[in-house]
Amino acid sequence: MPDTFKKYAIDMSKVIKIKRGLDIRLKGAAGKTISQAGRTDLFAVKPTDFKGIDPRILVKQGQEVLAGTPLFCDKTHPEIVFVSPVSGTVEEILRGERRKLLDIMVRSGLQPGFEPLQKGDPSTMDMEAIRQQIFKSGLWPSIIQRPYGVVADPNHTPRDIFISAFDSAPLGADYEFILKDEAKTFSTGIKALRKLTSGKVHIGLDSRKEPSKVFANLEGIEYHFFSGPHPAGNTGIQIHHVAPVNKEEVVWTVTPQLVALIGRTFLIGQLDSTWTFALAGSYIKEPRYIKGIRGMAIAPVLAGQLQEQELPPRVISGNVLTGTNIGENGYLGYYDSVVTVIPEGKYFDLFGWAMPGINKFSMSRSFLSSFLPKKSWDIDTNLKGGHRAFVMTGQYEKVFPMDIYPVHLLKAVITNDVDKMEQLGIYEVIEEDMALCEFVCTSKTDVQEILRTGLDLIRKEMSQ
Amino acid sequence: MKAKKLRQLIDRVKPQFQKGGKLAKLHSTFDAFESFLFVPDRVAQNGAHIRDSIDLKRTMTVVILALFPALIFGMLNVGFQHFLSVGKDVAFFSWQGFGFGFLKVFPIIVVSYVTGLGIEFIFAQVKGHEVNEGFLVSGMLIPLIMPVDVPLWMVALATAFAVVFGKEVFGGTGMNVFNPALLSRVFLFFAYPAFMTGDKIWIAGLTKGQGVIDGFSGATPLGEAAAGHIDKMPKFIDMFLGTIPGSIGETSTLAILIGAIILVATGIGSWKIMVSVILGGLFMGGILNLWGANSYMHVPFYYHLVMGGFAFGAVFMATDPVTGAQTEKGKWIYGFFIGLMSILIRVVNPAYPEGVMLAILLMNVFAPLIDYFVVQSNINRRLKRIPVKV
Repeated sequence: MPDTFKKYAIDMSKVIKIKRGLDIRLKGAAGKTISQAGRTDLFAVKPTDFKGIDPRILVKQGQEVLAGTPLFCDKTHPEIVFVSPVSGTVEEILRGERRKLLDIMVRSGLQPGFEPLQKGDPSTMDMEAIRQQIFKSGLWPSIIQRPYGVVADPNHTPRDIFISAFDSAPLGADYEFILKDEAKTFSTGIKALRKLTSGKVHIGLDSRKEPSKVFANLEGIEYHFFSGPHPAGNTGIQIHHVAPVNKEEVVWTVTPQLVALIGRTFLIGQLDSTWTFALAGSYIKEPRYIKGIRGMAIAPVLAGQLQEQELPPRVISGNVLTGTNIGENGYLGYYDSVVTVIPEGKYFDLFGWAMPGINKFSMSRSFLSSFLPKKSWDIDTNLKGGHRAFVMTGQYEKVFPMDIYPVHLLKAVITNDVDKMEQLGIYEVIEEDMALCEFVCTSKTDVQEILRTGLDLIRKEMSQ
Repeated sequence: MKAKKLRQLIDRVKPQFQKGGKLAKLHSTFDAFESFLFVPDRVAQNGAHIRDSIDLKRTMTVVILALFPALIFGMLNVGFQHFLSVGKDVAFFSWQGFGFGFLKVFPIIVVSYVTGLGIEFIFAQVKGHEVNEGFLVSGMLIPLIMPVDVPLWMVALATAFAVVFGKEVFGGTGMNVFNPALLSRVFLFFAYPAFMTGDKIWIAGLTKGQGVIDGFSGATPLGEAAAGHIDKMPKFIDMFLGTIPGSIGETSTLAILIGAIILVATGIGSWKIMVSVILGGLFMGGILNLWGANSYMHVPFYYHLVMGGFAFGAVFMATDPVTGAQTEKGKWIYGFFIGLMSILIRVVNPAYPEGVMLAILLMNVFAPLIDYFVVQSNINRRLKRIPVKV
């Protein structure tokens, strides 16, 4: 037990042990060094990054914007704005089918300019002033609400706010490393968040590591320690084990780097979109951390970094279980602290299902690889099978550490049974919590997509 | 290199089977063969970008692998029992015995697969679905639970019945209520009882009146026990090893145990169900021992584990994920009652010498009910959590 535990008077019996789950050790973990991102002029804010938002565009192509100028807002709550991370001109407004807003691209100008924000100590400010600051800074969408996993509804005061201080997903970023010099901004962010809830701010820490000074000794915080495999670091799992979300309750979650960003606005009185992310995956020559700017084009970062291989790369903003395929010319996602590049598995595998499988990863032990010592895996995007009806049982439960029946919940969604969804605990889960179920599924069921359909449906039902 | 040529060949003919092609109607069949040869090049589009290497084909392959010890042993035993019955001295592990057994068993396997897969392909074709792999295991299970002298046309009929009425009417693999393999056997059991019970059917040749040496009965241990001839039952070790008459693949508890180890080690079969079936069986056997109303009830409770189809049912039939209980708690209850009912029917009901088949089918019916109560208790737990508003 690390010594610092004693400082918090945490005894091991209080550590919440997550027993079910799966750590997929992928090749290409980011080394603990930070490089500056190469120069890039193009940035984008993508309405598709945000759940529960109906975007209304606020700028025109060619318009000049400052860092912090709103680019679009939510139609229902116009106070939720999405701002430009840099100053420059609106390069292009990209729309998809049925004029769906895809990207709003900004080309940065030479003169840096900022929309002014308030400077001050959040602990002396009132709740409304803090809310206005977060709205104006374009950081309100950092706050995700449970149930539904959407951008927080400003009409609610949350029961609690949860922050997970560690990312247990494959090749997940190390927040303690990213924030090692950000103790001040992080604690300021926490002060602001404390004003937004009637309950408490909870921080979930990895019990296997000694908490760094960034997360330690914060005032008025409830600390919880978790041990065990992924998804132990997911806030959803942590909430479930600390104080589950019941019907008609609302809980908010924020990721650590976004907390620091909120804090920084109060310290410097303007939006600073500096952002550190891990560049990882088996296709990256030199996996490490990159210091760049939010929404930046990823191409300059990838330049010279991709392995020359037969299979093309898949560039994912986020981790391999929940991230978004952005392509080599895409932009860093709003919430993502990691960019993962792995092989695109578009190939045919002769008798792949019958071979011993020395290099095939599986949670089951049905391939020879399970009986060989292996440190890390290079897994491509091949589906490795075809879609089938549910056949196997007990499989999801092994990687889903909640007191919820995952298959029954999904079947309730498939049959549009709103009552059953509610009874079976849909308020407690979002896609990332069930991502491992999708990974291990023998029948290759699109678990996350099905769950999202259910979440959207029940959200619509409840708002009526 | 060969793989590449094969791939090129498939890519050349593929357009014919796709929409607008001449043979588009045979799309499902083509797809089944193509995905048999090659794991498709489909990539994860939504959600998780990486996926576990396991698929239904791999799963079914592992189960078939687990069935192999029982199958090989079954072939050896068919030969051994036959030569024993005609008074020829042939060692258990002999090519002569195995050859005889192979020639007896292999046609049953072929008939089972051809009938079952044929029907599956037709249904997939009509519905425009992919062919599901479920029958790969059923097709092997069916021969293993047949008496060796079963006429081939009966195997075909039973298989057809099981696939059509056991599976396809419910919507195919994953939707069925009853275990298809057991359904085929229960169909024959009730439709053609003369061929499925008695002392003559378990050894190849006996039904055709081939010479039986003096003092050789051909009855299974269950048959002997049901008839009250407890003294004529084979020794425990013989029943464990499986050198006794019985259905093709079920006699050797040892071979089944090897299969069970494969299923549990790979994580494909539910050890919870296996263990709970055995516990249920031991429990009922123990009660009957205490009751002791007749000589059958005095058979030591642990004997039941190695008699008849108990072990085979526990390892390969009860663990079918589709027809069994789907919740982890439910599996314990489901398995326990299978074990319990098996021994109860076996010992107490004189009409059915073996109870495993009926017990599993009965619990197939109750599995959704068990799950319902388990899930309902989860729902109630969640409801109780909501703080009461004053």
